Amino acid sequence: MSKRLASGGRLIDRARPLKFTFNGTHMSGFAGDTLASAMLGRGQVLAGRSFKYHRPRGIVASGAEEPNALVGLGTGDRFEPNARATTTELFDGLAAESQNHWPSLEFDLLAVNNLVPQFLTAGFYYKTFLRPRAFWKHVYEPIIRRSAGLGRAPEAESRDPDRYELVYGFADVLVIGGGVAGLQAALAAGQAGARVMLWEQTAHWGGRAPVDDVQIDGQPADDWIKSAVEALEKMENVSLRLRCMGAGVHDHGYVLGNERVADHLPGASGPRQRLWRVRAGRVITATGAIERPLSFAGNDLPGVMLASAVRDYAVNWAVSPGRTVVVTNNDDAYRTAIALKEAGEDVPVIADAREEVTGALPQKARDMGLRIVTGTGVQKVKGGKRVTGVALCRIDSDGSTHTEVLDCDAVAMSGGWSPVVHLWSHCGGKLIWDDAQAFFRPDPDRPPLGHDGAGFVVCAGAASGAMGAANGLADAHAAGAAAARDTGATGDAGQPARAEAPEEAPLRQVWIMPARAGYALRMKMWLDFQNDVKVSDVQLAAREGYQSVEHTKRYTTLGMATDQGKLSNINGLAVLSDALDQPIPATGTTTFRPPYTPITLGAISGEAKGDLFQPLRRTPIHEWHEANGVHWEPVGQWRRPFAYLRPGEDVHKAVNREVLNARRNIGLLDASTLGKILVSGPDAGRFLDMLYTNMMSTLKPGKCRYGLMCNENGFLMDDGVVARLDEQSFLVHTTSGGADHIHAWMEDWLQCEWWDWKVHTVNLTEQFAQIAVVGPKARTLLERIGGMDVSREALPFMGWAEGRLGGVRARVFRISFSGELSFEVAVPAAQGRAFWDMLLEQGHDLGIMPYGTEALHILRAEKGFIMIGDETDGTVIPQDLNLIWAISKKKADFLGKRGMERAAMTDPERWKLVGLETLDGSVLPHGALAVGEGVNANGQAQTEGRVTSAYFSATLGRGIAMALVRRGPERMGEVLQFAGPHDARIAARIVDPVLYDRDGEKLHG
Amino acid sequence: MLLLTCPCCGVTAEETEFAPGGEAHLTRHGPGSDDDAFESYMFNRKNVMGVHFERWRHAYGCGKWFIAARCTVTLEVFGTYPAQTTEPPPGIVEKIKAKRPEWEGYK
Repeated sequence: MSKRLASGGRLIDRARPLKFTFNGTHMSGFAGDTLASAMLGRGQVLAGRSFKYHRPRGIVASGAEEPNALVGLGTGDRFEPNARATTTELFDGLAAESQNHWPSLEFDLLAVNNLVPQFLTAGFYYKTFLRPRAFWKHVYEPIIRRSAGLGRAPEAESRDPDRYELVYGFADVLVIGGGVAGLQAALAAGQAGARVMLWEQTAHWGGRAPVDDVQIDGQPADDWIKSAVEALEKMENVSLRLRCMGAGVHDHGYVLGNERVADHLPGASGPRQRLWRVRAGRVITATGAIERPLSFAGNDLPGVMLASAVRDYAVNWAVSPGRTVVVTNNDDAYRTAIALKEAGEDVPVIADAREEVTGALPQKARDMGLRIVTGTGVQKVKGGKRVTGVALCRIDSDGSTHTEVLDCDAVAMSGGWSPVVHLWSHCGGKLIWDDAQAFFRPDPDRPPLGHDGAGFVVCAGAASGAMGAANGLADAHAAGAAAARDTGATGDAGQPARAEAPEEAPLRQVWIMPARAGYALRMKMWLDFQNDVKVSDVQLAAREGYQSVEHTKRYTTLGMATDQGKLSNINGLAVLSDALDQPIPATGTTTFRPPYTPITLGAISGEAKGDLFQPLRRTPIHEWHEANGVHWEPVGQWRRPFAYLRPGEDVHKAVNREVLNARRNIGLLDASTLGKILVSGPDAGRFLDMLYTNMMSTLKPGKCRYGLMCNENGFLMDDGVVARLDEQSFLVHTTSGGADHIHAWMEDWLQCEWWDWKVHTVNLTEQFAQIAVVGPKARTLLERIGGMDVSREALPFMGWAEGRLGGVRARVFRISFSGELSFEVAVPAAQGRAFWDMLLEQGHDLGIMPYGTEALHILRAEKGFIMIGDETDGTVIPQDLNLIWAISKKKADFLGKRGMERAAMTDPERWKLVGLETLDGSVLPHGALAVGEGVNANGQAQTEGRVTSAYFSATLGRGIAMALVRRGPERMGEVLQFAGPHDARIAARIVDPVLYDRDGEKLHG
Repeated sequence: MLLLTCPCCGVTAEETEFAPGGEAHLTRHGPGSDDDAFESYMFNRKNVMGVHFERWRHAYGCGKWFIAARCTVTLEVFGTYPAQTTEPPPGIVEKIKAKRPEWEGYK
């Protein structure tokens, strides 16, 4: 039974007890505890259920690599799933719940999976659920959904009340990892004069060195760490951050870090977390190493822990797992036995896989009276919900007989160490297999490259494979000095600290225990605790033909859980290599991907939520709309009025009123979002002739012309009216959504293709407010306001004039997108609102009424005018829309001309624009397909057209539509069947798309 | 996220300040070109594993287009130069050849 020791614990403050709950049970720990140490201190070894078999699982590790102890943290809006108990700092009132249990942690019904593991072997997804086919929807899928996924998502209605920040940072040298190697590297780089940033993911500097009883520069590690941190804090060119996890190393020295500012201070002011985005000249990863588990039967039972974790709990938090058997293949684990013994705990035996055990640490253990058995491993662990004992056997045997059986509460295992190479590998750093130390380590000759072609990541200490404090400090000093020098620092990096630690004998490579274990044992040897992958699964995958480690990973799900295989990867690929009978480096590793440990979505989104999610563009008249019943429609980043609702009206009623009023009296449209690009220069006309399908260079000053723009495929991309301002300048109007990309399109051609043409473009969209004055009484209103001659003679259709209207500087374009007599008036943006108010006031008795975008759409559809994005979808050419009149035959070239000449574009079978009238007067569903004769190759009904726009026309009192129909214009009068909801068929007749004022009398009025 | 230097304004900036524009040094084929040439101009793009020439625009800066010579594997940038250039400048070609002797040229 795990328990809190009576004394000791370098990180806890016994004077400050803290209360917390686990699955509703009240417990207490101390300030400085992690949730895991507090649970163990209370005897709570069982932490959760496993993913697939719902086996009871306990705390295995003491840090970020923990696979089992994932908990749901907090309640309500602050609920967070999959928090690692080992990295969660305890605070007063913390509430945690275990995961994957059903109905309870102690009694789990899905643990029945455990009794039939043969159904859940590698690839069971692909094998089990295939037949019968009908079972998928009603049996398999509901079961999988019930049991899949780790933890549960927060409630859909909950809103995270905490604040998260995005922060940019810059450093010459960014050191990730604040153990003694990281501190040493930062000291060297800082002393040399580089701008240094140092991050440590935990709340404490120094890493493992104090736990491992290392002496540095003749003093205990704790003392050296303290003075190193003080020295760094005094340097103005160094900044230090605790609780900041180096999440990912990206291209050209771009690094993401997740700082958990106030996770342990619930309700504190300020941000809860920060996401750092740092550009660093050099990145030093001093991320240490992670101990590997050993694969023996029952190695997943609660109470089986990493030897280093047992030591951490004992030294840092004064927690002992109880009577502990140590099993190892190396010298390092003896430190755990020694630490427990020194704490007064019982270590009945140290089982060492090696035949010869001669190192200094084993000798110290022997001298303390600890019993060591060599050439021995674990046959199996005994127990149900926790360890009750362990059976040992000869390491080279098949495990059929045991050498002895012992009662115990815990097993401390060590299979050796693996450098944390994740950050090195994220951006392409390569690894080499170090057979003597049995791990992959960074290959310093093949680092990730920066923009200048030089390596920008350096590893330091155990992360580079320099194991032991003495090697690690020397390595880290060299890394810090070199990184500083690379970034131009010229100061003296000083001398490395010297560490004293006992010499360690080589380990013995042990990948399964015992070496010739039979199937019954192998199917109880866990590799990946979180995803429930066993030695037998990987071996099965190999037998089934999987050779690539990446394929095996996906087939078995080895290393695919939230811990990304921090404990399981090396063991798994060693087992795979053995099954494939090839050396480990031939198998290689899977890809290491950021983030190193999971980051919450809150930290990633930062402040980009709610109103700050994206910028909102407002027209000069935005506030008026807001105050007058507007129903908004988002158009890109703009908000445009969809309609203005009067009291008692719904949207539909409002739209109908607005349409009728524009036809009968005067409508007012805020068209300020319309793109306005000034194109000027001696070659402006020539340039627009290339951009538009029709001729623009022949346009006379004072005149407007409608034009179409296509891409090189010939597909229509934008349309609008061009006004010629003078001999050398044109004002190009684009669609509201098109302003930015059409401007960019112009610049692309001018800079990259016709760079010798003298043309200048400026996007003036936001410089002007533009208001369309629409309807039979429009001229009366403008004449009443006065200042310009807007008569039919002075300003005919498709003309424009400049002057002052009601004292406001204005350009008046006599153009129409509604079919009515219409003027579009552009005034300086700052006077837009005043001019709008003036129109409303002066037009009051004329029945003036603003209208929104829906009325705009209906007015244009009644008139048969196309809308980019409705009638076009990126595959429609102007010919499809019967716009042949707008395609110049005289021009030798324009963008899209060659594309339109392709066979597929001239095919008479193409779908072309027509109008539609439903026989029953109803409104067709948007996008409805015209159903043709017969079925296609997939047995689906043939289609021969689709609705591109459909509205209720208040003017005509019925539904109207535009559609693209196969050979449409040739089929006038034909009745087509359109697919409606629930297999309904709606009959509609093909008609001319121009349904209103066919002769254009009003338009030209 | 790449670091690129705009050759027009001289600013070295984050990738998010730039907009990518695909393969550089394409020849436009307009009216009169045969189907193969037009198809090649429109659709056939290199998918280089190694040295690549690509268009970028300093979209949130000076607005100018330029060309970057970059290794798609190691992300090393050999240089950037203005878009008004019909072929890679000799200085950049020399630099690439020195670092990538096996490089077969930009065509």
